[in-house]
Amino acid sequence: MTALLRSTRAELLRIGRWPALWVLTGTWLTLNVLFVYVFDYVAYLTGDSTGPTSGVPTDELLAGVLPAAVPTSLVQGMPVFGGAILMILGALAAGSGYGWGTWKTTLTQGPGRAAAVGGVLLALAIVVAGVVLGTAVVDLGVSSVLAAVESQPVDLPPAGELAESVGAGLLVLGMWTTAGVLLGTLARSPALAVGLGLVWVLAVENLLRGVSGLLGGLAVLTDHLPGTAAGSLVGALTPGAQGDGGTPGVLTALPGPTALAAVAAYLVAFTAASLLLMRRRDLT
Amino acid sequence: MAAYVAGRSAGAARWPTRQDASGSSLIGMDETVVRTDRLTKRYGERLAVDSVSLTVGRGEVYGFLGPNGAGKTTTLRMLLGLVRPTGGRASVLGAAPGSPAALARVGALVEGPGFYPYLSGRDNLRVLCRFRGLGNRAADAALDRVGLGRRGGDRFRSYSLGMKQRLGVAAALLGEPDLLVLDEPTNGLDPAGMADMRRLLVDLAAGGQTVLLSSHLLAEVQEICHRVGVIAGGRLVAQDTVADLRGAGSVLLRAYPLERALAVAVHVAGEDAVEVTDPGLRLDADAAQVPRLVRELVADGVEVLEVRPAERSLEEVFFRMTGPDPAPTTMEVQR
Repeated sequence: MTALLRSTRAELLRIGRWPALWVLTGTWLTLNVLFVYVFDYVAYLTGDSTGPTSGVPTDELLAGVLPAAVPTSLVQGMPVFGGAILMILGALAAGSGYGWGTWKTTLTQGPGRAAAVGGVLLALAIVVAGVVLGTAVVDLGVSSVLAAVESQPVDLPPAGELAESVGAGLLVLGMWTTAGVLLGTLARSPALAVGLGLVWVLAVENLLRGVSGLLGGLAVLTDHLPGTAAGSLVGALTPGAQGDGGTPGVLTALPGPTALAAVAAYLVAFTAASLLLMRRRDLT
Repeated sequence: MAAYVAGRSAGAARWPTRQDASGSSLIGMDETVVRTDRLTKRYGERLAVDSVSLTVGRGEVYGFLGPNGAGKTTTLRMLLGLVRPTGGRASVLGAAPGSPAALARVGALVEGPGFYPYLSGRDNLRVLCRFRGLGNRAADAALDRVGLGRRGGDRFRSYSLGMKQRLGVAAALLGEPDLLVLDEPTNGLDPAGMADMRRLLVDLAAGGQTVLLSSHLLAEVQEICHRVGVIAGGRLVAQDTVADLRGAGSVLLRAYPLERALAVAVHVAGEDAVEVTDPGLRLDADAAQVPRLVRELVADGVEVLEVRPAERSLEEVFFRMTGPDPAPTTMEVQR
């Protein structure tokens, strides 16, 4: 236990001072503000009905940028965009150590293989928690400002709904982060892991869902893939965000509880596989 | 260059001599720090390390020698738990190699320094201090010890090759480990840096720390190591004190004609004690035999160009053990 705590402290120090962490989390927060608030609010102000907001009534556009909508706006970008960004972080955190030789240095400090990988995973878990809570704070802040500007009442969302949303965000981003760690560990290189991971998150799952109707039974498999499960979990919490014109990646392929179980199972499986690989592997 | 010479001469006074090295008190063989028993690593068909059995005693500077690809680094990686042996056994400080109990007392630099390029040298060491449960002061002390104190705040990626190597050694020194495992620690260092490193290693050994050092620089190993193990093709071909490996005193003879000189030399020193080398003949003989040798050579009409005492360098011994073309024996020349 001491070794795990020491590893986590060490990993927090090096991950916290890593420019890649701040570039990635900054990118996520910027995308989140742009897509959830800026574009919709501009569309509301100008009444321009072209683009993704075409056909959406203006009062709905306004409602979407107010504090009461934060439980939806917080998580709707996470299955694909947030997930891809955190997957990159996980792949870099685990994969870079092979090229830099830092895994070798870390392991010769004597933490033991499990505690060394555990330290990376726990440090990343803290990062994920920071990202989800930070996003919630930014969203609440921006939406409150917009409510004030539009002379709307600042109605905060019910705590239960917000907590559900935060929980789903932690699971979804946690799952993609551990997927990145597993890919980085498998590939022993950040570039290959990031490349493969992005192709999967952004393209392959979509394509597989597209062809799932061709083969009997394939749909059952594609419905339970990580991205689809994450999209379904978020879809269960954000009615109206899925489907055509909704947020990409937000789905209704699985019912909420099944999606929740699948995402949690992936998170555990990716973590266990990373630990197992590192325990057995020769570091040459 | 001046710094190199100055460093060497200043350090030489503190380095153990060959006579020191043969003394059992320095070697301290009563306590074994590293012991391997037929340690083996096989990658598919290739046998990288083949039944290596070596011992390193407390307080020793043990030199681990071998050509590239001989299995040095793989052996060191097995001792650190980075690579799992496919056969044999090993113990490090009485514990299993790579176990937290062993690694807590081991500092290592294997196959080049591995650090986070975006962190400063100091922050890199602080990260390692956290792994070891040490305070930040240990990082500063280690930086000072390798002469990086003033550059500790610079990013690792901006360091020169030599500075990176120094930081690697600084990392190995964290926590005052009982055993230092250093793989080519002088790689990338300039002559002054190499002299500094040699002094540091000797100081560490004098302070009771054990050093297991692999190197290509045989003159360096000859100067600072008490004992050496020579590995070639994955096998440990020799393990002895430097003095014993270099052999007892010998005499170098240059004379003409060589065949007659060889016959006289064999008569004086014995058949197995004469070797044909590049400059002439090398006789395993002590100085007391020289007058008789010269008398007999002159009596036989051989023209004696030079007779002088000569010691084999470790390099000569090394190439005889590991080279593809060992020096010809007396018998081969006679044929």
